[in-house]
Amino acid sequence: MFRFIVKRLLEAIPTLWALVTLSFFLMRFSPGSPFTSERGIPPAVLANLQAKYHMNEPLMNQYFHYLWDLLHGNLGYSFRFSDYTINQLIAQSFPISAEIGFWSFLVAISLGVLCGVFAALRQNSLLDYGVMTFANIGMVLPNFVIAPLCILFFSIKHHWLPAGGWNGGAWQYLIMPVIAMSTSYIAQIARITRGSMIETMHSNFIRTARAKGLPKARIIIRHALRPAMLPVVSYLGPAFVGIVTGSVVVDQFFGTGGIGQNFVNGALNRDYSLVMGVTILIGTLTILFNAIVDILYVFIDPKIRL
Amino acid sequence: MKKTKTLIASAILAASFGAMQVYAANVPAGVQLAKDQVLVKGGEGEPQTIDPQKVSGTPGSLRDRDLFEGLYSEGKDGVLVPGVAESYTVNKDHTVYTFKLRHDAKWSDGSPVTAEDFVFGFQRLVDPKTASTYSYYAALAGIKNAQNIIDGKDKVSSLGVKALDAHTFQVTLDHSVPYFVKMTVNASLFPAPKKVVEKWGDAWTKPEHIVSNGAYKLKSWVVNQKMVFVRNHDYWNDKKTVINKVIVLPIIDPSVEYNRYMAGDLDMTSNQGIPTNRYHELLKTVPNQVKVTPALAVYYYDFNNQKPPFNDVRVRKALSYAIDRNIITKYVTGTGEIPAYSFTPPDVAGFKAKEPQYEKWTQAERNKKAQELLKAAGFDKSHPLNFTLLYNTNENHKKIAIAISAMWKKTLGVNVTLDNQEWKTFLNTRQLGNYQVARDGWFGDYNEASTFLSLLDSNSSQNNAKYKNPAFDKLMDETAKVNNPAPYYQKAEDLAIDQDMAVAPIYQYVTKRLLKPYVGGYMPNLEDNIYTRDMYIIKH
Repeated sequence: MFRFIVKRLLEAIPTLWALVTLSFFLMRFSPGSPFTSERGIPPAVLANLQAKYHMNEPLMNQYFHYLWDLLHGNLGYSFRFSDYTINQLIAQSFPISAEIGFWSFLVAISLGVLCGVFAALRQNSLLDYGVMTFANIGMVLPNFVIAPLCILFFSIKHHWLPAGGWNGGAWQYLIMPVIAMSTSYIAQIARITRGSMIETMHSNFIRTARAKGLPKARIIIRHALRPAMLPVVSYLGPAFVGIVTGSVVVDQFFGTGGIGQNFVNGALNRDYSLVMGVTILIGTLTILFNAIVDILYVFIDPKIRL
Repeated sequence: MKKTKTLIASAILAASFGAMQVYAANVPAGVQLAKDQVLVKGGEGEPQTIDPQKVSGTPGSLRDRDLFEGLYSEGKDGVLVPGVAESYTVNKDHTVYTFKLRHDAKWSDGSPVTAEDFVFGFQRLVDPKTASTYSYYAALAGIKNAQNIIDGKDKVSSLGVKALDAHTFQVTLDHSVPYFVKMTVNASLFPAPKKVVEKWGDAWTKPEHIVSNGAYKLKSWVVNQKMVFVRNHDYWNDKKTVINKVIVLPIIDPSVEYNRYMAGDLDMTSNQGIPTNRYHELLKTVPNQVKVTPALAVYYYDFNNQKPPFNDVRVRKALSYAIDRNIITKYVTGTGEIPAYSFTPPDVAGFKAKEPQYEKWTQAERNKKAQELLKAAGFDKSHPLNFTLLYNTNENHKKIAIAISAMWKKTLGVNVTLDNQEWKTFLNTRQLGNYQVARDGWFGDYNEASTFLSLLDSNSSQNNAKYKNPAFDKLMDETAKVNNPAPYYQKAEDLAIDQDMAVAPIYQYVTKRLLKPYVGGYMPNLEDNIYTRDMYIIKH
């Protein structure tokens, strides 16, 4: 296990380096620059600005400059929000997205697994069709449709919940973002769970358990659930990263101040350092959670050895 | 003798400006105020910065109007209102302005606002080390030596600003700018607290460090979530201020802003806070909450004046004539926009452009003329004009582009390909002149015609149409030397639009916002310079 973790960590370094390098040059080669503006900045002013951000130096120098700062944990100043460093922006926005993400993840996993299991056990029943219809709708309904529908119903029509804001993460402010964030994940998890549960229930060892006369609840909980969870767990790793790094839709509709919009808007604004910062964050989390998923496998499936 | 005359003239001017009303929240008698004086308002997007000398767009300047105060502010219908300056005098040729500062103006740390703070602010703006995108504004205002300092050719201390004493601030210009005082309304010419800026560097605008001299001070700021301002009790007119707390939400999408307004989260939307598809419904359901004001801004199409066939004035004219602006404003944009035929909006102060000739014709006449011109330029059914119309990706621009290309097709048989690009790519393409016809728009920096006409100067970095006419450039140079530039502006308009049709003006923008009926003291103006300190919340 220890060796596995060390190996994974060592593997992460070239992966992250490749990610940083690729995104660095892709960003720099996109048309326009952080300073492109409608006013058309006079050349002297532009030169002053570029000097401030080291952009007057050759590209390779800028690249090594960036790597050097990165090694010191310094992600640089934002081009778009010039009063802030990227470290400050991430420190401000990531906890918000992580909190929404954490609750959405809990909701998604509990509801998703529950729906999937029940649908599988009552295969081809009304319950099954009901759950799967919901799951399909949840998957095709994008969150930019769910979010305004929620606002229309909960805020504008009934005035039950505020239409947006954060307020330190008070529960009233969490409900709608969590609904918008988790719906598609609930649906996805329910579908995966159902499929793998049905398969597991038809496998030989379950037949044996049944033949032994074990009670149904015990068969499901002790014997079927664990192997049925394998595909779900491998889905959860990347899903968790996606869910805690927020969504541009949730952030913009609810004005939460989360990190999701930083990624998309950072790219649109050519905020090189912001895009790099968020890319590195997502990349690191993805590598980390994929490793965690691999470790979890060991506990779920005794056949797997690291 | 000459000097005495100037002094007398200055004294008269000073007296008349000094006597102007000072604005503050003037609550009419009988109005009961709400106990909770909190205003939640839309702030367009998140500002790039709130550093006054670096602010370069509406989001930043609308916040700075609450946090800081410059020499003068703007009131209802754009009248100048004294801010930190009580009055000013100016020499006869409008090159030396001397401002008398009020003695009771203070920063939020209790220290007085002095002439030195303005000297520092102005110098900071042009200092290459500040790297402000707005530094050009100082050169535009004609402040002596500004351009040389920006270009790095001269020392910052050589800028034409001086503190004659703690409360007398003098600005020397290198050419006559009769509207200079109007330009001081802009955040870039606000004072800056030297000690704080020098101590904290770029981080001085953080809530924990910032010191400001406006009616409010910054309490907290979470990027993309909200900014909270609270009363600055050191503000000189604090006694007359009513609203205690301002919450500014950085919402870009009008439909999101509309939702939050309807849910009761917002008291006042930003000036683009009404989604087009909701406008007519809102006029029926809450007519008294819909506030539409003409804006100092024009929506237009650039012809690439250097590229054939658009280097032929007949082609440019034909295309411009064939646009039915009434249909665009009535049915396509449909929220009170005003058809534009001249480049400078008619509401601009001090100059009202005469109707160009084609404005007087009916659309049928314009279409007929357009057909003749295009034919004369060598295009007809067997040899049709084909080109690409470029716009930045946006639903409204798309609708307008579709409507106009349909008009061109129908009237002139022209085949237009629509092309849209994401904002920054679009700006890059347009600035480089890699287009044929492109969408453009401009919100004036200050209330004076030169903020528009100077865009067509061949030296302007914003001359996207690549219009080059030495006669036009000469006229614009002249305007800087005379006390009454209006006749020159008229000639410039005649030349650039009536004669050359360098661009096709389409409509004048409006600002449109939703405002709860319990918010009092709202004083709209052309530039949307709205100050929370003038407002109050009525009991509801």
